[in-house]
Amino acid sequence: MTTDLGMPTVASDPYGHLRGSESFPVAARRSLADTQLRQNLGHATRTIRAKRAGVVAEVDDWEELRRAGEGVKADVMARLPELLVQFEEAVTARGGVVHWARDAVEANRIVVDLVRGTGVEEVVKVKSMATQETGLNEALGEAGIAALETDLAELIVQLSDDRPSHFLVPAIHRNRSEIRDIFLREMPDVDPELTDEPRLLAMAARAHLRRKFLSARVGISGANFAVADTGTISVVESEGNGRMCLTLPDTLITVMGVEKIVPTWSDLEVFLQLLPRSSTGERMNPYTSTWSGVTPGDGPQTFHVVLLDNGRSNVLASPDGRQALHCIRCSACLNVCPVYERAGGHAYGSVYPGPIGAVLTPQLTGIRGTDDVSASLPYASTLCGACFDACPVRIDIPHLLVQQRAAAVDAHTRPTTQDVAMRAAAAAMSSPGRFSLVERALKLGRLIGRSGRIRSVPGPGAAAWFGARDMPTPPAETFRQWWARTRGPSS
Amino acid sequence: MVGAHPRAVVVSSRDEVLARLRAARDAGGATAPEVPREYRRTGTAPPGSPEVVDRLTETLTDYKATVHRVADEDDVSATIADILESAGVTTFVAPPGLPARWLGEVTARVRPDEPPLSVAKLDAVDAVVTGAAVAIADTGTFVLDALAPDQGRRAISLVPDHHVCVVRAADVVSSVPEGVARLDPTHPLTFVSGPSATSDIELDRVEGVHGPRRLDVVLVGPSSAPE
Repeated sequence: MTTDLGMPTVASDPYGHLRGSESFPVAARRSLADTQLRQNLGHATRTIRAKRAGVVAEVDDWEELRRAGEGVKADVMARLPELLVQFEEAVTARGGVVHWARDAVEANRIVVDLVRGTGVEEVVKVKSMATQETGLNEALGEAGIAALETDLAELIVQLSDDRPSHFLVPAIHRNRSEIRDIFLREMPDVDPELTDEPRLLAMAARAHLRRKFLSARVGISGANFAVADTGTISVVESEGNGRMCLTLPDTLITVMGVEKIVPTWSDLEVFLQLLPRSSTGERMNPYTSTWSGVTPGDGPQTFHVVLLDNGRSNVLASPDGRQALHCIRCSACLNVCPVYERAGGHAYGSVYPGPIGAVLTPQLTGIRGTDDVSASLPYASTLCGACFDACPVRIDIPHLLVQQRAAAVDAHTRPTTQDVAMRAAAAAMSSPGRFSLVERALKLGRLIGRSGRIRSVPGPGAAAWFGARDMPTPPAETFRQWWARTRGPSS
Repeated sequence: MVGAHPRAVVVSSRDEVLARLRAARDAGGATAPEVPREYRRTGTAPPGSPEVVDRLTETLTDYKATVHRVADEDDVSATIADILESAGVTTFVAPPGLPARWLGEVTARVRPDEPPLSVAKLDAVDAVVTGAAVAIADTGTFVLDALAPDQGRRAISLVPDHHVCVVRAADVVSSVPEGVARLDPTHPLTFVSGPSATSDIELDRVEGVHGPRRLDVVLVGPSSAPE
């Protein structure tokens, strides 16, 4: 049994599913109490960490590839408007139609209008973070169009009316027997004897979607990479559901964030090495499709691509912060993060969870003030640095976390209790005399913390601090006291 | 004001997004850095060498493709005949330009994709036989070019449940950069690494979802290991 974490209601701002509905500590407290969730996440992230480590170790120029990936992305940011125009020209020259969307609401409207124009009432979808971000399925639903998710994990999420909790495996929070139960409950034609063997679950998904694929007239996808000089788009996947959606329908609509651009085809030689090894821990994922506009006689003969801003220009304006746009959505940082492993993806509220989500979401939405739940995300970290080590494009996530914490503080129009606490700490640490007074006061903590943990103390700012943290009971003697006792009266 | 002016300009989304991005880019920095490219552009062994063909055999097998090594192209048709027969294949689709000599000994019925078969007809055949544009030994990948006559449009290698792909040693490279360099990005391409699979259940890989569940690769060329 899992705790119902609640579906997000349709977002009240134009950003779609970026801003959550409650702060990270509140949501995390609830998910931490779900032992099944923690067990599922622990198992899945341990599995993938080991696989990733194995295939990364095979590549003797891994660090050089990371640096190249970082360099290409930094170059893209410096030339983004020009590269987008170049991409638009290339796609248009090859028979595609390019649309631009300021925000999620506009992107959804464009897609809904395009689908309405075809007259169909059902579309097949390849898993896409961009359309999760915009809440496209809900928008299509309101227009009477059913959006069928075809990625296995996304299908599990959709069938159980759940929310995605991971970039790569949106149903990472579900184990095999929960998945079997969902299939038995929600797939009308499923074999009632279905067991929880992963191979049989995959077969059940195949049978469930087969007819839909073969009769689909409109496909909707995201993009992993979009090549500016040739107009080529690439979708990286495993199951073949992507190939089905990209190949069989008459009409294909691709929604992509503007940052997915790479300058040239040969840049893919870097990313097609970095992404699969970092993401599924494979040397190469089973299928990668690339196409440029429309090709007579092959695949969809009508092709639209929607270029989505939705806050990305906010991020681009920050010299350091724009690194968050380098992300290739591999999810390696989620899989190595001790906070993600325990709290799970839903606790972050945004469709972008984990370390990268904690720095991307508040930059995309901006922080609107003290009460903005996005402001709690940069604190969802121990700053251990594992995310940077795992990141295939070397995004300095710890640095960005600290920067976003500063931004969260700057967003305060009046000092919060935590600001007061920090000021008090700054004052206490400004002279040795004051510090020793505080140290003596800390000894009192031993009286409070009989269990070895202090869960709250009175005083200005303390409630805010202890709202998210417990503190070990202070030792009987401070370092300075020990020094004075053992090394004589030197201070 | 907009409505009042006869030549009022409504700013398009395109112009607005581009204007925002230009302003943001200038604010955040418009100096394009030099991209360090110190990674390996070429592999440890030359294309087509017995070493890369051996490595490709390992990496394909590791991801559950079945590899059949044949010394030269004269042996291809017997091997394909064996594969199709042992799998119980009665009909298969072939791209219009598949070399006829590859099918000389095949007894199963071939359905050429010319004129293009409907999706329903593709779903009714048991298998597909294609060539490949290039194969990458490091990753166990071959690439299909939809405009190459021996590979055919993307649907034919997708809908049938069993794919037999013939790869010539001369088309086998060691590394991803060498493979990417040989491809034409304006053609629809499919990089294939093993039969369809998923990692979506507890992040462990299981084979067999929507794409072909069975993958046989006929690898044409000399082996470095003594027979």
